[in-house]
Amino acid sequence: MNLPKPSLRVVFLLAVLVPLIGAFLWLALTSGPLAPVPVTLTTVEMRPVTPTLFGVGTVEARYTYRIGPTYAGRVRRVEVQVGDRVEAGQLLGEMDPVDLDDRVAAADAALRRAESGVVAAHAQVGDAQARRDFAGAQVARYEQLLLSRTASEDTAEAKRQEAQVAEAGLALAVANLESAEQDLVRVRAEREALVQQRANLRLIAPVDALVVSRDAEPGSTVVAGQSVVEVIDPSHLWIDVRFDQLGAGALRADLGARIALRSLPLDTLPGEVLRIEPRSDAVTEEFRAKIAFSTLPEPLPEPLPRLGELAEVTVALEPLEPAPALPNAALHRRDGQLGVWVLDDGGPRFAAVETGARDLEGWVQIRDGLASGDRVILHSRVPLRPGRRVEIVERIPGLPR
Amino acid sequence: MISLAGRDILHAWGKFVFTGVGLGLLIGVTLSMAGIYRGMVDDAEVLLDNSGADLWAVQKDTLGPYAEPSTLADDLYRGILTLPGVARAANVTYLTMQVRPVAPNQAASNQTSDPAGDEAARERRAMIVGVVPGGFGEPGQPPFLVAGRHLTRGHYEAVADVTTGFRLGEQVRIRRNLYTIVGLTRRAVSSGGDPMVYIPLKDAQEAQFLKDNDAIIAQRRRTAANPVFNRPGQPEVLDAVLAAQTQSSSVNAILVRLEPGADADEVAADIRRWKHLTVYTRAEMNEILQAKLIATSARQIFMFLVILSVVSAAIVAFIIYTLTLGKIREIAVLKLIGTRNRTIAGMILQQAVGLGVIGFVVGKTVATLWAPIFPKYVLLLPGDAARGFLVVVIICVLASLVAIRAALRVDPAEAIGG
Repeated sequence: MNLPKPSLRVVFLLAVLVPLIGAFLWLALTSGPLAPVPVTLTTVEMRPVTPTLFGVGTVEARYTYRIGPTYAGRVRRVEVQVGDRVEAGQLLGEMDPVDLDDRVAAADAALRRAESGVVAAHAQVGDAQARRDFAGAQVARYEQLLLSRTASEDTAEAKRQEAQVAEAGLALAVANLESAEQDLVRVRAEREALVQQRANLRLIAPVDALVVSRDAEPGSTVVAGQSVVEVIDPSHLWIDVRFDQLGAGALRADLGARIALRSLPLDTLPGEVLRIEPRSDAVTEEFRAKIAFSTLPEPLPEPLPRLGELAEVTVALEPLEPAPALPNAALHRRDGQLGVWVLDDGGPRFAAVETGARDLEGWVQIRDGLASGDRVILHSRVPLRPGRRVEIVERIPGLPR
Repeated sequence: MISLAGRDILHAWGKFVFTGVGLGLLIGVTLSMAGIYRGMVDDAEVLLDNSGADLWAVQKDTLGPYAEPSTLADDLYRGILTLPGVARAANVTYLTMQVRPVAPNQAASNQTSDPAGDEAARERRAMIVGVVPGGFGEPGQPPFLVAGRHLTRGHYEAVADVTTGFRLGEQVRIRRNLYTIVGLTRRAVSSGGDPMVYIPLKDAQEAQFLKDNDAIIAQRRRTAANPVFNRPGQPEVLDAVLAAQTQSSSVNAILVRLEPGADADEVAADIRRWKHLTVYTRAEMNEILQAKLIATSARQIFMFLVILSVVSAAIVAFIIYTLTLGKIREIAVLKLIGTRNRTIAGMILQQAVGLGVIGFVVGKTVATLWAPIFPKYVLLLPGDAARGFLVVVIICVLASLVAIRAALRVDPAEAIGG
């Protein structure tokens, strides 16, 4: 028998076939339905879950002043540019007075005329008084002459009548004086009104402010109430923020907040919840709240938070008492029941749990169904079903590094 | 008794094994093709599974949201929630677009610049799914994660499928906003096989319905130039019109999950009748995806699969036949020395089946090995493999029968003749 030759062939054949069969069996057991599912485990931890709310809002000014005329007119000049800081009482611009200045001049003339009228009336009163005094003296003299019979009764009567006329003349002059004085008051008041109107055309800054928009240029016509210059109080900025109503029940005023502006996503500014608007948005299902910057340093930082800039606001609610908690990736819903996969001897088993508060880092409090220290499945490579073979790994294979 | 087949195989084992490996590669291609077809169908099914819905409420008279565009007001779900039999209802939006990761330094400056080479290379086509954050296990949410956590914030977080290649903690740009990847899931794909990226609903609505900045500014200018909207003396009208133009309160569909025991058709009929929406049940949606959306491409692949199977079967048969005919001289010698026909037939049959088994093992192995390299999902079903094995063995047996017939008719004289 030439044994060596065939046995060498057998060895060669087996050297090819055995690894092939081995590879086949290995693949059948490691991929496909027979393969164990790689899973990672996590432990139920006692930890204080700090529910946090995340909202997005825009920077807005708390006090905005739209400075414009009270009735329609043409803009004569605008003294400030956007970005200027102005002080309370500073002139921002002026409306075209049209004929108002001329009317003030006319009122001035009328005032002087009225004053002259008063002077004239005074003179008239003096004149009438002189006449009356003279007529009174004449009457007294003729009364004596009548007693001495050196004057006729007729002449004395005439003098008495002259005295009465002079008296009436004085009364007239006094009344004229009164009238002239009232006229002066009227004319003066009218002039005052015109001056007031003229002043009303001047656009004045109500507070120390920052000019944010210049809405009309000199020469343009604006209607009553339309703004020519818009100024804000830069020391009172807040964020009009929206929080999803989902889980935002514990939002309260005075809670601390972290504000991240879109222009500076890596820095956060401290803030606090100023108020929650009583009226929430029914369409978008969001609460609206105002977040104030807690300390805007003095002098104000440059650049300022820009109005209308997007800001992300994170509000930490009151931390809860430490309680069993799990990452939310461990929770699954199966047949309408929320629960976790617990690893038993016979493979994974679905255990229903009752959940409580959640935070933004994904921790969920477990109220019922698990105790602290229990091991549950966190991640799995495919959806699990009861009794499926699993293999515990540190990290699900195939993830991008 | 000595195995005649074994002896013969040992005699020319190299030829035998390499023929088997060649057959195996051919079988592997066929199995892969079946896997590609199954993967395509599975993509459609997994889309429905992942949505976690029993019913889809969509815009009236559309095949939405997967097969046709569909737009609904985003407050309609409240009405659906009140219907008997409805356990949960959630808005969802779907939008397929390019998503690319953003380098950290670029994220800090938050500027839109031309992507560097790395980011451009890692740009992926993805289906953006807008879901209500916080409600894990709600309809529309990813059913399971392989890393990280579910969405918790109402904005600017994303959970991505691993095939996007995005890493945990990485930032990706979708339209004008940056999103941080907080979780990874697997097998979350659209019917076209694009990986899914889950983002909060409100962001998704914005991404889908909000125009880009240039378009918004151009629209503002157009509106401001229109004297109907920009009336002298009524400056507030323009502001009101501009505000109205940037509203986005639409979604693509409402995913409805039923109470246990509720009748899907009954609830669907209720929604159709009272909410004036079109509703699809799971079976109907499956029908839409299979028969309408992927029908042509699936049939295309299936046709190719059929042709490939036929060609493979033919090649396997020919190889076995020619292998046998190549040994016709030896068979004549065997006959000459008085070997029984049964023995000769058994030898040929055993060799053929052996060749088939080796081919199948090689084929299954290589198909399993190269399946993960395919860009789209290749689903190798054990049932398909079993069927394939059966078919290979039957073909081998049939081919060897033809060969046996030829071998038995050989004239023993040929062994000594010329």
